[in-house]
Amino acid sequence: MTIISTVTDPEVLSLTVVAEFAASPERVWGVWEDPRLLERWWGPPSYPATFTRHDFAVGGESRYYMTGPEGDTSHGYWRMVAIDAPKRLEFANGLAGDDGEPVRDVEPMAAFVAFELIDGGTRMTALTTFVDEAQMKKMLDMGMSEGMTQAVSQIDGLL
Amino acid sequence: MVVHQLADREVDRIFRALADTTRRDIFERVIGQGLSVSSLANEYEMSFAAVQKHVSVLERASLVTKERQGREQIVHGNVPTLRRATALLEAFEGIWTGRAARIAEILGEEGSET
Repeated sequence: MTIISTVTDPEVLSLTVVAEFAASPERVWGVWEDPRLLERWWGPPSYPATFTRHDFAVGGESRYYMTGPEGDTSHGYWRMVAIDAPKRLEFANGLAGDDGEPVRDVEPMAAFVAFELIDGGTRMTALTTFVDEAQMKKMLDMGMSEGMTQAVSQIDGLL
Repeated sequence: MVVHQLADREVDRIFRALADTTRRDIFERVIGQGLSVSSLANEYEMSFAAVQKHVSVLERASLVTKERQGREQIVHGNVPTLRRATALLEAFEGIWTGRAARIAEILGEEGSET
């Protein structure tokens, strides 16, 4: 796997990550569509995700929770906005309460993912857009430490 | 995993100060609200002086400011909006690069099936 580029745009609050995989777009699509595969990568190892619902169709919703090292859980949901297998998907990813249902006062993040056939594999472009800092912080509370640790270790390598 | 282009980007200085877990945690706590050094010290199993030292490192990186209030020193997060947004985006970047690495592992394991 190769990370081709990551671009953060603090002015519009967006993040684009481009990665290439040595597998067909259909197989890369599969790790999104199949909830048993999805839960093996969505959450960091310290906060693995469990999808209790994954209605992978336009308008469909998913429910998941992430379990921390001390058994603490945080819940989230997806709402599928667009699906064009195996090329493109678009979904809202938001916070859910302890009952697993969406928290309405926190705007979900918007995710756009494109899959392109390239020589020898698939290029996956994942764009996430955010509304404001408050939303970003709330979303980061799910698996915050892992994300920060990884970001920092990448930066450290360059210093 | 090969990381290209990251070196081309301007690396924010704050990550030097945030390379330490405790300092990252202190910084996170004071982003939204001012906290006294002593109330911060209560959160960690280390001496008041050690916590104060971490706060000083954050202060030198301009990540926090200290304000005297009576007998207390209040620590405030001091990050201009764009730097703060960048730091938050970097955190999500870490999440996504981790996800990409795990997807690659899953695809690798099942490579023989295709």
